[in-house]
Amino acid sequence: MTLGLINANPIVHAKKERVARCEDPHCDDAVDPDIRDPEHPYSLEQLSVLSEESITVDDKLGRILITFTPTIQHCSMATVIGLCLRVKLQECFPPHYKVDIKVSPGSHADEEAVNKQLNDKERVAAALENPNLRQLVDECLYSNEL
Amino acid sequence: MDFDDEGSNFELKEIQTLSGHTDRVWSLAWNPATGTDDAQPVIASCSGDKTVRIWERSALTRSWDCKAVLEETHTRTVRSCTWSPSGKLLATASFDATTAIWENVGGDFQCVSTLEGHENEVKSVSWNASESLLATCSRDKTVWIWEVMPGNEFECASVLQGHTQDVKMIKWHPTMDILFSCSYDNTIKVWAEDDTGDWHCIQTIGESSNGHSSTVWAISFNAGGDKMVTCSDDLTLKVWEADIEGMRSGNNQVLWKHLSTLSGYHDRTIFSVHWSREGIIASGAADDAIRFFVESKDSVVDGPSYRLLLKKEKAHDMDVNVVQWSPGQENRVMASASDDGTIKIWELATSSN
Repeated sequence: MTLGLINANPIVHAKKERVARCEDPHCDDAVDPDIRDPEHPYSLEQLSVLSEESITVDDKLGRILITFTPTIQHCSMATVIGLCLRVKLQECFPPHYKVDIKVSPGSHADEEAVNKQLNDKERVAAALENPNLRQLVDECLYSNEL
Repeated sequence: MDFDDEGSNFELKEIQTLSGHTDRVWSLAWNPATGTDDAQPVIASCSGDKTVRIWERSALTRSWDCKAVLEETHTRTVRSCTWSPSGKLLATASFDATTAIWENVGGDFQCVSTLEGHENEVKSVSWNASESLLATCSRDKTVWIWEVMPGNEFECASVLQGHTQDVKMIKWHPTMDILFSCSYDNTIKVWAEDDTGDWHCIQTIGESSNGHSSTVWAISFNAGGDKMVTCSDDLTLKVWEADIEGMRSGNNQVLWKHLSTLSGYHDRTIFSVHWSREGIIASGAADDAIRFFVESKDSVVDGPSYRLLLKKEKAHDMDVNVVQWSPGQENRVMASASDDGTIKIWELATSSN
């Protein structure tokens, strides 16, 4: 069962347009500075096509395990995707459900380190209080719903 | 007290639920100067709602009420709070990278000082026994030691580097000026001052010393100060001991040694552990349960072991973030707080067969 967060076709087209606009030095369109942040060289649309996820739900125990496969091996991308998934799941399931998020085994060079960060409740809470990160997550989720 | 009495059944009775916070409650602290004949028990709690609440039990009704909400000071989650040993000051640590010091001025809590310096979220704060020093720790991997000066002034005495990751909690030894820290880097570090007044790490307890294999979330000492218990994301509690007489005589070479590992009892991260003055270890975990452990008299050759006294499932509706025994006169009273936004007051009672 997949969440259906990702719908590849329209997003790929949007990505191609956006990239063209960004590369045009005379572009009049306002470009969100966060998207052009050198630490995050990929557009939000590109982030969203990167992962496939699988989810198992245990309704009796109230536990969810979601594993996803980032196709780009860059650590910060995986943690951002993981955060987006966590926020999305919080919206979909009752608050007492416990969510564990992991990258698919073998899909990431720093698998253990990424999994540890994604499942440290305190680190996740602090990250979501960071306005820049929160905005990135909100935009990622919002653009998926369009 | 012998907990191995076969005739005793233990149960955790819920006394009251304290509601009011509008986000998860991360931590709480009993005011050590209360819970006596003259002073009703007082608890401070802190939350993701950026506030600190002060709760007091009414002498008349024996019911807990919220006496104050400390707001408009921290601009992010308040992660930890702790009273000074005299009960006169409250220190609060926040994700906004500051530590605030509060004083009760005629029933009104005022922020009398703000400690700045950490680069990002402050996770924990602790006063030493003589109230002359304060320690803070942060995701910036450092531990800061502050000297308490007259007039509520605080001066940074030392910035301790050594942890390679986020420092989750710091705790002063109950009687000596020795500081303990635990971290996302899976280690526990012990810090002490040398003759020239410099602070150093005198021991690092890692996996090779029978240490934890994942984030260590909390540390608690027994009443005698010769043992400590730590809890971790690796789903175990570990008990450590040291030669207390050696420590008292100023020997900084005294090392903490692994005594026991309690595994197989928790299946999710253990966030908090607290050792009561009678020797009961309470743990709060991400499976919403509170557990109690005591030393088992059926010791093996290698030394004392510990057994599960009681497991209270569904103590809260969500993760238990903190458990704290009351320091007051009443025995076996405990408070817990949770992601569900509530604080619960409990009594560990016996019903003999």
